[in-house]
Amino acid sequence: MQINDLINHTSEWLKGTGPNSDVVISSRIRLARNLNKFPFPHWASKAQLNEIIDKTSLAMAKVGLLKNSTLFMLANLDSIDKQFLVERHLMSIEHTQKTEQKAALVNDEENIAVMINEEDHLRIQLMQSGFNLFEAWNIINGIDDALAKLLDYAYLADFGYLTACPTNTGTGMRGSVMLHLPALVMSRQIERVLAAIAKLSFTTRGLYGEGTQASGNFFQISNQVSLGHSENEIIENINGLIRQIIEQETQAREIMLSKSKDILEDRINRSLGILKSARIITSQETIELLSMVRLGSDLGMVKDIGRRTINELFIITQPAHLQKLENKKLSPQERDLKRAELIRKKLNLI
Amino acid sequence: MLCDICGKNSATVHLTEIIDEQMNELHLCEECARAKSAAMEQQFGLSDLLAGMVDFQKPSSTSNKEEEIVTTKCPSCGLSYADFKKIGRLGCGECYNVFRKYLAPLLKRIHGSNQHIGKSPLRCPSKIKSTISKVNKNKMCLQELKERLQKAIQKEAFEEAARLRDQIKEIEAESNKGKES
Repeated sequence: MQINDLINHTSEWLKGTGPNSDVVISSRIRLARNLNKFPFPHWASKAQLNEIIDKTSLAMAKVGLLKNSTLFMLANLDSIDKQFLVERHLMSIEHTQKTEQKAALVNDEENIAVMINEEDHLRIQLMQSGFNLFEAWNIINGIDDALAKLLDYAYLADFGYLTACPTNTGTGMRGSVMLHLPALVMSRQIERVLAAIAKLSFTTRGLYGEGTQASGNFFQISNQVSLGHSENEIIENINGLIRQIIEQETQAREIMLSKSKDILEDRINRSLGILKSARIITSQETIELLSMVRLGSDLGMVKDIGRRTINELFIITQPAHLQKLENKKLSPQERDLKRAELIRKKLNLI
Repeated sequence: MLCDICGKNSATVHLTEIIDEQMNELHLCEECARAKSAAMEQQFGLSDLLAGMVDFQKPSSTSNKEEEIVTTKCPSCGLSYADFKKIGRLGCGECYNVFRKYLAPLLKRIHGSNQHIGKSPLRCPSKIKSTISKVNKNKMCLQELKERLQKAIQKEAFEEAARLRDQIKEIEAESNKGKES
């Protein structure tokens, strides 16, 4: 598989299926793992980093679940390719900086991605469509068990899995759920919800994970604590919180439908109208308008556009995706033109 | 309005910087803004916050001892506790043993606990050279698993214990099968 093969492919987690997929976009679990007797990436020599890539990629090649996957050496990718992988949620922004001796493994379904030599030797992630953390955990747990038989992990009985940063020590696990909460945002209840989340030692981030602001109506919620609770307990805790947020969002949608249906219908259809006819559009405006159309689709007000098409549009209208589709570097102004053209094509065909 | 940095593209990002009480407004294009924010993130990251936390929880000891720990280096990777305070990241797994006395209270501050209860890696099969027969491999693996099971029960880590129990059963069933055939 080449990077260019990914462009015509829809990631497994974008299908728009799975439990509660009207509110939950995706569920993701990541595990941080390091090799015994090797310094953590920031403290290792080039030779050691190369050895880590060799050892881990060799082990991964032997794991059944990772069979149909491709290893990318980051130093061989240009800046658009790297950005492209970030936009598809297969890599962190941090992994695209100082790319020597860094690698990434992606499977064909794009639900499994492994970063080698990011902050830790291995960052293994599994993404599922909808609200599905336990299923994600079951799969990633199997991969982790298989790798542990081939690699000597840095682990201590009392501190658990050892990581470069002590904030990840213990299980090395972070579970995150990407939520679409337009009704809570429109009814101005979101501040209250986010404040409550922060008090419960969970973190809220934006679309692209660490270091990004929550923008538009999308929120990524994940656990902060990784030590002192089992993986199952951590997931149960996130699930409990997410269930409450889903309930609040669903209630807010129902209230809007019963009290201000006309206004809501107007906003949703205006958004769709702009997307179908705009000639110049920024990615920020695209995300905001698509968010309204997705809400319309969830509420049955927009009948002919499916969740999958909308989810895909969120991704392919991002800057690197547009440039990959056009196969050349585009200035921000050129991108705004191309973006509008692409959206018109996709939405008017339906 | 053109970008303040490159002077070519039009400015779409407007940034207010405050350095030493001096306010400075910047108007940047998308590309320069991205480069700028990456640089800023590196200036102030999690490591700064962590370094702050490390300082709060110095154990009450004489200053001589403090100096000793600050200059002690991990024999495996050469990172000192002073390095950790500066960069907020440890050097290798062995650092956790070397700086255990200081890390245990830090982990407790971060996570509310410093006792791991989750899963553990089972590495017994890979440790054993392939020249040893499968039966012997299983025997050695069983021993390690049983030791871990005891530890897990002592820690009251019942999920972990159940997992280990299942694995022991699996290996025992496998070796029984071997005997029959």
